[in-house]
Amino acid sequence: MKYAFYPGCVSKGAAPELYRATIEVCKKLDIELDTETMEGASCTGSGVLQEKNEKLGDTLNARTFAMGENSGLPIMTICSTCQGVMSQARSRMADLEYRESVNSSLSDENLEYKGQAEPRHLLWIIIEDIGIEKFKEKIVKPLTGLKIAPFYGCYIVRPSDVLGFGENPERKHSLEMIIEAVGAEVADFPGKSACCGFPILTINEKNSMKMVSNHTLSAKKEGAVAMVTPCPLCHLNLDGYQPTASKQVGQPIDLPILHLPQLIGLALGIDPKVLKLNQHIINTESVVSALALTP
Amino acid sequence: MHVDLNIARFDPESGEKKPYREEFNIEVDETSTVLDGLIKIREEVDGTLGLRCSCRSAICGSCAMRVNGKAVLACNTKISDLVSDENKSINVEPVGNMKLIKDLIVEFDTHWQKIKAIEPWVKTDAPPPEAEYIASNESMMELIGVMGCIQCGACVSDCTVLAVDESFLGPAALAKAYRFLADPRDDANNQRLKDLNEPAGMWDCTRCMQCVEVCPKGVDPMGRIMKLRDFAMEAGYKNTTGARHAEVFSDIIKNNGVLNEFWLPVKTFGMFNIPEMLKLAPIGLKAMMRGKMPPIFYEKIPGSKNITKLFEKTKVV
Repeated sequence: MKYAFYPGCVSKGAAPELYRATIEVCKKLDIELDTETMEGASCTGSGVLQEKNEKLGDTLNARTFAMGENSGLPIMTICSTCQGVMSQARSRMADLEYRESVNSSLSDENLEYKGQAEPRHLLWIIIEDIGIEKFKEKIVKPLTGLKIAPFYGCYIVRPSDVLGFGENPERKHSLEMIIEAVGAEVADFPGKSACCGFPILTINEKNSMKMVSNHTLSAKKEGAVAMVTPCPLCHLNLDGYQPTASKQVGQPIDLPILHLPQLIGLALGIDPKVLKLNQHIINTESVVSALALTP
Repeated sequence: MHVDLNIARFDPESGEKKPYREEFNIEVDETSTVLDGLIKIREEVDGTLGLRCSCRSAICGSCAMRVNGKAVLACNTKISDLVSDENKSINVEPVGNMKLIKDLIVEFDTHWQKIKAIEPWVKTDAPPPEAEYIASNESMMELIGVMGCIQCGACVSDCTVLAVDESFLGPAALAKAYRFLADPRDDANNQRLKDLNEPAGMWDCTRCMQCVEVCPKGVDPMGRIMKLRDFAMEAGYKNTTGARHAEVFSDIIKNNGVLNEFWLPVKTFGMFNIPEMLKLAPIGLKAMMRGKMPPIFYEKIPGSKNITKLFEKTKVV
């Protein structure tokens, strides 16, 4: 299985540990990553650019899709926000007339989005292309006894009609499926598909921090020893700003937040250091030591 | 068909201190909706069950409630879509983010206050015409979607910002504000944008799409809020953190193709905004200590010039 890898801005910038962990995990899962095809691909616009100019956002994504189509490889993402923004763009460009008008801007680079490329997150690829049973066979260090809270990130769950939940109903529970497949237990809590607060961090920090403390504390209440997310933007807020949220709410939180590939990597027996678990703001030592105690 | 409706109950008038759950095991038809099930319970099992409903046809907007954790109209939610051979249970709760009165009934007062606050009527400077106000078909086509709002409160219920801040205007009122801003007969755009640009207005939306997902009428409140932001920026209301964030974000992508997380907050707040810079510094320092400080120097993607060109080509008309 080979994919054109679209890492997204954050895994190349503020969350380098996600990029490293993805590379290591894909090696173990026999997922071959073509890292060159998407070198010239731009940001998806992240929904922010779309506030100003939706068509421009769609044009940038059509350009990325065309690069993927030219390589003949399916596109893999590792960010809920990239995934959602791309799926929304793809849904709008199902309209042929609109797609042609978008494509007309890409002719200078001889690029054309033909409507075939369908970017998918690593989370979905594991379930849909590898298969959950085959994935389980690769687990060498089951995370037995660890209770992990799922945190999806808005754009990988809504709007469900553009994310293909109809044809692929398991996408709705994909994160829980992975948590169980790696041998851990799901710490279910009401905020798992709510907003992490990152998009309003600079606009209304108080509200953003309330979201962080609500989610992390309610996950802890359900017994979570860590939270896992397929979205590096959620990670920035839930991990990077957890100390700020803790200060605002006036109580300690200290809940390690793992990127999806880091959780998988631990179960695949990859060294926590190689997975860059030491690059987090909230210390992940508690997870690593709990893991060391499991048989 | 058998179903177990697990209903959130609460009747403060009877001296109950807090909500509790009660399960009703009933037989319904294949075609029954959640509302049909609730009415059956009220008529045949427990006449004290409190709920609002009227048209039973997804027109009146009275029966919004949370079914299995998601705000829906009970009258257009079929029981057979929610149960399976293994699972016959359905959770029914009142809508969120509003004050509970009894069982599934909530107080809509704050919702209506917010709708009123956006002054939901056409304001014109010109003297009234002799007959009706005329608007073109095209302009009204754009408004039909948002005029379809039935004020059921589903979007308000599941709004993730209202869940942490009740002062936020919220998706329903902001979508209603868009309905008048985009109306060609309305002359109050400047005042409306000025008001909506204030804290707790258009910029406080976190773009989580809950409102888009739960709206039973396809109003797309968040899409309307994004258009409000666009209107505000186009009208020159650029001195908010939200507008600067969108502006700086766009400039970074235009010049480099990819985002730079170091400069995005710094430029959004402004380098000489000392209090904000002092707040950012310890976070930057922590990131640096973990070896994950975003690059201070811009990294461009190969062919970033092509991205710049696309920005120039795809200007908003």
